[in-house]
Amino acid sequence: MIELAEVEKSFGGQVVVHPLSLTIREGEFLTLLGPSGCGKTTILRMIAGFEQPTSGKIMLDGKDLTHLPPNRRDLNLVFQHYALFPHMTVEDNIAFGLKMKKFPLKEQRQRVEEAVAMTQLTPLVKRYPHQLSGGQQQRVAIARAIANKPKVLLLDEPLGALDLQLRKNLQSELKQLQRSLGITFVYVTHDQEEAMMLSDRIVIMNNGQVEQIGTPREIYATPSTLFSATFVGENNIFSSEGRLFAVRPEKLRASRQVDDSKRSGEIMDVLYLGSIHKLIVQLDNEPMTVSIVFDLTDDRPWSIGDKVGVDWNAEDEVNIGP
Amino acid sequence: MRKLSLSVLPVMLWLGVFLVIPMLIVVGMSFMGRDQVGGVVAGFSLEAYARFFDPLYLGIYWDTIVLSVLTTVICLVLSYPLAYYIANSGPKRQTWGLILVTIPFWINFLIRTYAWVLLLRTQGVVNNLLIDIGLIHEPLQLLYTRGAVLLGMVYTFIPFMVLPIYVALEQMDKKLLEAASDLGASPWKAFWHITVPQTRSGIMTGSVLVYVSTTGMFVVTDILGGAKSAMISNVIQAQFSGARDWPFGSALSIIFVITSLIMIALFNKAMTSRHLKVKEGR
Repeated sequence: MIELAEVEKSFGGQVVVHPLSLTIREGEFLTLLGPSGCGKTTILRMIAGFEQPTSGKIMLDGKDLTHLPPNRRDLNLVFQHYALFPHMTVEDNIAFGLKMKKFPLKEQRQRVEEAVAMTQLTPLVKRYPHQLSGGQQQRVAIARAIANKPKVLLLDEPLGALDLQLRKNLQSELKQLQRSLGITFVYVTHDQEEAMMLSDRIVIMNNGQVEQIGTPREIYATPSTLFSATFVGENNIFSSEGRLFAVRPEKLRASRQVDDSKRSGEIMDVLYLGSIHKLIVQLDNEPMTVSIVFDLTDDRPWSIGDKVGVDWNAEDEVNIGP
Repeated sequence: MRKLSLSVLPVMLWLGVFLVIPMLIVVGMSFMGRDQVGGVVAGFSLEAYARFFDPLYLGIYWDTIVLSVLTTVICLVLSYPLAYYIANSGPKRQTWGLILVTIPFWINFLIRTYAWVLLLRTQGVVNNLLIDIGLIHEPLQLLYTRGAVLLGMVYTFIPFMVLPIYVALEQMDKKLLEAASDLGASPWKAFWHITVPQTRSGIMTGSVLVYVSTTGMFVVTDILGGAKSAMISNVIQAQFSGARDWPFGSALSIIFVITSLIMIALFNKAMTSRHLKVKEGR
């Protein structure tokens, strides 16, 4: 579907995206995940055509897009702050792309209606953007993009400006929308929870480099680098005999038998979180704390200051390099 | 409402003293008569307004509107690209651009206008240059023409157009152009459908400033137009000074204020309906 071949980008001699090759499949929900400044937005803007790669090629459906201007690419971008046209009504905003492509008036109307229905904007079509709430503006931005029936929809932190509750609602709406449209979504976010929930595949980026590509399950269960082990979910990193490995908090066990455990330490804190509870343990011979998560089947009375042994199964160790 | 009235009192007072009362005096005077030595005679008379319909004054009135509209249109056509260039330059170039646009204001306006006389007169710089390069053999009559007046007006008022348009362009969200491009608009279409409507306030402000200032300007006409091309403001000025016919001057002023308001309303209407038509997809 989309093929990035050795795409590289530098600004003024500074490399922001290291050579990157990536194939995005048809109908896939792919997320570029990473902290701000990791190059994920630059990649999206290169696919959209607002930035030119310093080297490498970008193909859509086997067609080389690299040097096409944005208005001649068959994909649409949902902007981070929506970039709705303030002097146009919701309806006119959504119809804009169809007008530019000179669709017959009848089809324009029909497609606008479809997009409006899908994003639940029907009662608001005559309003202007400044008369809408943030969540509604977000919907208009999405409707404006999908009205064009692009092969690929690019989304640049589309929920970044919304509050938590609204974010959660829109996340599931987005996922449903993607399923019912069946088009490819390329999504940029720094929110790992959002990425896990929405994506078919996640590309984890750091400092302009890809750390790992995989399904949410693969990323969580078998992170391949220190960065992806710690960026997604909570993790405990151990080093022993020159190798580095990670064990998830729910894979650790705590016991009163300190002697035959792999590690030992002292409980610093006990956190009760409803369905789970969590121990923060200061290890004895290492300057680090680990966290151990128990579900509600654990009813042992833990208290701060207790000496505990920390143990895990060897198969739960995930190697993350030397 | 009652609470508001106290806080806006200073503004009302200011407007009252400096705008409303003088306007009322002018309106009142326009309905009065005039005695032999140029004094104003109390009483009601429509004579001043009747005089306006003299073909001489109607001609000048029409000429003034034409010249002011032309000045506004030329200023707009010249200013938009300039403002666009400045607004899209780097910060350093922007500062320089704005300084260059405003530099003429640092020099006395009369001196600047007389400088045009030196350039345009029969023995002036322009004629000499044209003769030297052999394009013409006899000097052209450049000064004291309607063209010279138009040139002078455009020259004088162009900053009034550049600055508001620059401000509007500068404040525009550049992401809107990216969005337009993403939705398939060519750069020219994005300019037409997004940039122009988004800078409408700047175009409106600049056009009103230039239009109204041009109709009220008599110095440029005096210096560059000579005796032949009078504007309504020259006539009004003459009524209050040499001719000593204040009622007639007042009547002309009122007529012109009303004309300007109508022109602004028409322009405003034209500007708003233009973007409504976007819906039909031209």
